[in-house]
Amino acid sequence: MVDAAPSVHLAGTLVKRRGKPILGPIDLDLSGSGFTIVLGPNGAGKTTLLKVLHGVERLSDGDVSWSVPDAQAREMQAYVFQSPIMLRRSVRQNLAYPLQLLGEDKASIATKVTDWARRIGLEDALDRPAPRLSGGERQKLALGRALIRNPQVLFLDEPCANLDGRSTREIEALLKGAQTAGTRIIMTTHDLGQARRLASDLVFLLHGRLHEQGQASAFFSSPCTPEAKAFLEGDIVE
Amino acid sequence: MNEIWAGIQAAFRLIVTLDADLVEITLRSLQVSLSALVVASVIALPFGTWLAIRRFRYRRATIATLNALMGLPPVVVGLIVYLLLSRSGPFGVLGLLFTPTAMIIAQVIIITPLIASITHQAMRELWAEYHDLLISLNTTKTQRILTLIWDGRRTLLTAALAGFGRAIGEVGAIMIVGGNIDHATRVLTTAIALETGKGDFALALGLGFVLIALALLVNFAIHALSRTEREGTW
Ligand SMILES: Nc1ncnc2c1ncn2[C@@H]1O[C@H](COP(=O)(O)OP(=O)(O)OP(=O)(O)O)[C@@H](O)[C@H]1O
Ligand SMILES: [Mg+2]
Repeated sequence: MVDAAPSVHLAGTLVKRRGKPILGPIDLDLSGSGFTIVLGPNGAGKTTLLKVLHGVERLSDGDVSWSVPDAQAREMQAYVFQSPIMLRRSVRQNLAYPLQLLGEDKASIATKVTDWARRIGLEDALDRPAPRLSGGERQKLALGRALIRNPQVLFLDEPCANLDGRSTREIEALLKGAQTAGTRIIMTTHDLGQARRLASDLVFLLHGRLHEQGQASAFFSSPCTPEAKAFLEGDIVE
Repeated sequence: MNEIWAGIQAAFRLIVTLDADLVEITLRSLQVSLSALVVASVIALPFGTWLAIRRFRYRRATIATLNALMGLPPVVVGLIVYLLLSRSGPFGVLGLLFTPTAMIIAQVIIITPLIASITHQAMRELWAEYHDLLISLNTTKTQRILTLIWDGRRTLLTAALAGFGRAIGEVGAIMIVGGNIDHATRVLTTAIALETGKGDFALALGLGFVLIALALLVNFAIHALSRTEREGTW
């Protein structure tokens, strides 16, 4: 069990690009535990919100404050990008990279790498060049590379977008395992079934605005706004 | 026509029998250009990488200058280095004019911008690809540069090879600052120029074949490198 993850507070957070607001202003509190799913149609600002929380997006106004100092906050976070970024190296070296940055010794890196390669089902691909993997394999590798540091906070931007049903279930099992081990997870998805299976709480974005936030069960059973209701029913939300 | 044919035959004889002059000149050429390559790479590879990832005020101007320097005519570089090193010039006391060192200096000036520019382009591409990941992993500046250099090593080698190719085939600048002195500063290109002028086609052609072989070798290496890069064999 790791220590409880830090909580985060957004106050009047605003991201503008080319003069137009693409996210916010948003006020939001996320506690130090749970599994938050961020929902919303394409272009709603989900990726932007995740990057803002991770501290890699330039803010136009407001701020993001973690319950730990900024320098520490990023250290204990990991982020899986919507389109996985592969280092031009082998699968093995991709998995090892985050640990090498921390200066871990070779033996412990090797153990963790084999362990995680097995968990993400890439143990037979360890010596293949990562950029040559299939889309789904790349997503699994990116996830393994994020989890290998045992982060306290894990951001996932549509981690199962290119995965088949079986791989999706395997990944979900991995995520649940990480959550039980104390990792705070914040994830976007377009798969409502997955959201129902995983979410403890929910953030619903529309046009860059925070539309609804709260308990997952409450959101799915009785959404407060007509837009959220339409979204859940699969209608086009304007 | 006969003269040329006889020249080619004599040239092959020189190469096959490892003619002393031919070997000496070839080795000096390699020594000068490889030294220039090492010095230029030490400057240009980190500089090009730094230029690719660092945002600063005069970045665009620096890149424009770099590209302009790449187009400097070697003869002019030779002239400037000559003036700087000549007895009345600011570095005259060093007595470097008409030595291999002077030739190395001139070649460094010629190929550094080329290597830096190729490095900059390649590293900019790689940095765009890696940027989000490296920021997210909270890497230090040094870790970023090392990662980029390591993963871009093939392209960097290609840049260095291109620089070497340019250096070994260059004639204008080293002729001026080296003086083409027998047993001192005579290299492949200057020797070819001289022997051709004298009408000794045998040696000129022999040296020419060596030069062509070297150039082909460099291009072959560049080609092989870019193929391993494309096929992703690590
Ligand atoms: N650098 C930028 N410049 C201009 N517009 C941008 C920039 N980055 C994002 N946007 C816009 O901001 C909006 C929100 O983008 P974001 O990537 O957060 O959406 P998303 O909810 O993740 O969408 P998707 O479901 O398609 O991934 C989009 O309309 C996008 O075009
Ligand atoms: Mg997105």
